[in-house]
This record gives sequence, structure tokens and C-alpha cells, in this order.
Amino acid sequence: MIVKSSLQASQADYREVVEAGDYYMRPLKAGQTLRILDLEGNQAADTLFYSELDPTERYSAIDTIREQGNVYLTAGSVLMTNENNPMLEIVADTCGRHDTLGGACSTESNTVRYALGKKCMHACRDSWLLAVAENESFGMSKRDITHNINFFMNVPITPDGGLTFEDGISDAGKYVELQARMDVIVLISNCPQLNNPCNAYNPTPVEVLIWD
Amino acid sequence: MNDPTYSEILYQDSLPGGCHWSMTLRKGMTLRLIDDEGGANVGMLMYNPSNLLECYNAPDTLKCQHSFKLTQGHCLYSDMGRIFCSILEDTAGWHDTVCGNTNREMVEKKWGHHSYQQYRNNWQLNGYDSFLVEVAKYGLGKKDLSANLNLFSKVVVDELGNLAFDELSVTPGRYIDLRFEMDTLVVMHSCPHPLNPAKAYPRKPITYQLRRSAPVADDDQCMNHCPENQRGFKNTELFMLGLPGASA
Repeated sequence: MIVKSSLQASQADYREVVEAGDYYMRPLKAGQTLRILDLEGNQAADTLFYSELDPTERYSAIDTIREQGNVYLTAGSVLMTNENNPMLEIVADTCGRHDTLGGACSTESNTVRYALGKKCMHACRDSWLLAVAENESFGMSKRDITHNINFFMNVPITPDGGLTFEDGISDAGKYVELQARMDVIVLISNCPQLNNPCNAYNPTPVEVLIWD
Repeated sequence: MNDPTYSEILYQDSLPGGCHWSMTLRKGMTLRLIDDEGGANVGMLMYNPSNLLECYNAPDTLKCQHSFKLTQGHCLYSDMGRIFCSILEDTAGWHDTVCGNTNREMVEKKWGHHSYQQYRNNWQLNGYDSFLVEVAKYGLGKKDLSANLNLFSKVVVDELGNLAFDELSVTPGRYIDLRFEMDTLVVMHSCPHPLNPAKAYPRKPITYQLRRSAPVADDDQCMNHCPENQRGFKNTELFMLGLPGASA
């Protein structure tokens, strides 16, 4: 569902460009709004959320899709935690559909999906592992790396049970906006994948904007 | 019984409905799960006993096999690009791995509060708490729970992405054979699927049997299901390399 935002980028309280292959890890307070902006189009922002108070409570893809009865995320979707509590709500979306079943790339999954020789290519899960290692104050480790959202990624499921990675439906300037319902930690890997046609083999920067 | 695929049954037991259990299965064993009455659900998670941080990964499993459903020919992957087990045979045809578990609140809302005090072991356990108890036996906790399998439960998705639980596919005696390609800690519960619309708490038992698997042949259906699985088998082979009896 396409819902445009009334928020002005020029009035954002925080802005940061995250290059492909980098991570973003910062708190977002209840009531604040986070926008992820696809600067050049068809990029994947692999995103996880944690309760800032107790990071063992975290975004849960399975609880989210079961509670909304639908596998895709868009405006109106309420992101649920593993404790089945509402965490954030998607309040604006100019892309229309985001994936939460495809997971994130890892060096190991790259060997399976593409070729055994791809094992040393940079991957989202490496970015997350660096993020939790560099931000020790959050007290997180590999055990906290769970199933994520792929903002701007299109992974259609067919009625006969197929799953495909389609060309992105995102474009330069498209964005998704979420309002936090609890204090959260946002962890984004801006996907470095070079082997997947869904980003035209060209990973590009995204921008994160926050309004109080 | 002269099936060349398997040895005789080495072990057989059952799990009543609404219960949980766990066991370590060795490479080379095949686990058959049987839906005795029809309508059972088996929630399952898997871990590598020698590194419990390595666990079943549903997204990796689905995307590398380009499938939303799981059935015969598919492999169940860890987050480290290895294959815990292959689905060697499946008479159910569709297993869910995206809907998660019932939780305490949901069970009470759907089927009422049945305390242990009043109902003893006929209380109404939920899948989430069942996993928490079972993984704690190995030092694991809620951080280690991930998207689980819901064996014997079929959930379809329409063009708009809406989920629907299929109540029709519930023939008694359906079974699935999981051939273990590496040593695996299997954690399971027999609590109802969270989307099961039954009016009463569905308490459906399963039987499980263990047999020795035949060696994986070059033309193995699971290994050759797709090039991704051939690479998954290679990764798993490397992990077992040099271990006694690992050269299969």
C-alpha cells in the first residue's frame, strides 16, 4: 500500500548516509519516526530491531507475519517482537512491498546460493557481527542475529509454494517510514551483495532520517 | 520389509499431543515422523551439538531452494551453509516454516486456560514455552529460538500474500523421513499450529522411528534437487571430513 509521508527531510533531527557494505546501529526512541531512503534504487536494507530495555526481546518475522496474516510488509504493518508485543509500525511506504522471509546474505549462504568460491565476499551477516562486536555496550552477540526485514526487496510467494527473487520494485527516492512503539535499537546492514540481479549487481547507499 | 533404503527400525517411540522432547541424532540416521491420527503438528528446531550457535535457518533453507513449502527432495539448512538433514520421503507434501508457534496468550484465547493444577498432564501447552524448556536443557534460551518447522502443517499464500491454514490435508498415517547429514540436536514439540482453527485444543500424537540410512548415492534426489543442494552437501562433507565413519 502506497502511503506518502508529510515529514520534510530538511526538518529531520538526524540524518546519516549508510554506504553499501556498512552498518547502522543506533537507538530510536518510542514515538520517533525513522525513514530509510533508497537513494539510487533497488537496494536492500537488511534490518533488525531490538528492545533497548531488553535486547532479548527483538523483531520477529514469524510473529509479525502470523499476527497480520500476510507475508509482505507495507504501510499499516505492525512489527511484532518474539514476545508478541507491537514494536514499530510502518506509517509510510512509497515502495509498496517489503520482504521478511528471504533473510540476509552470509558468506556461508553465498557458497550455497552462488558458488563455493564466493566464500570470502562481504555479506550482511558479517556487517552485523562487526556491529555487535564494535558496540559492546548493547551486550549483543551472534545469538542476537535473527531473521530480518529486507526493506525494498521483492520476494514473491506463489500459491503453489514457490519463492522467487524478483527485480526490485523500488526506485531512486523511494522510502519506508516506521514509528517506534517502544524504545528500540535499529541495526541495518546496507547489503553488499554482488551476486544477485535484484540490485543489478550494484549495491548503492541508503539514507537514514529520524524525526522526534 | 525389504526396503534397500533403510535398515530395520532401531528405535521407536511416540510423543503424545501437546508435549515436547529433544534428542541428538547422528549422521547416517533417518528419523521417520508419523502423524498417527491425522492433523498433528510437529514444531522443530535443530542445532549443531558441537557448536550450538549453529542452528536451523528457515530463510536460508527457503531461498536457496526457491521454495516456500518444504517437501520431499528439500534439504534443511543451518545458518552456516550446511545441511542438517534431507527430506528423503514425504507423504504429506507441504510443511510450513514461517508461522512460528502458539504462545501462552494465544492458547488461552483460542482454547481456554487449562492449568496444570486442574488438568495435570492434559493441560494445554504452547509451542513457544515448549521450545524454551527444551532448549534450556542445553544451555540455550530465547535468543536461540528462530523460525521453526511446523511439520505436517500446510499454510498457503495467495497472490496478495495472505496466509491460509489448510485443514484438508490431514490423512492419518502421513509420514516424513528426515535423513541426517550431520550430527544434529533435534528439539521438537507436538503443540498445535498457531493458525489451526480447531474449536478444541488439537491434541495429536506422533510416532517416531529411527533407522540407519543407506549411503548417499551419486544420483541422490535431495543432493541433486538443485545445484545449491550439491554445494550444501559439499559444505557438510567438509565439516565431517576425517571423522570415523563420515565417508558416506
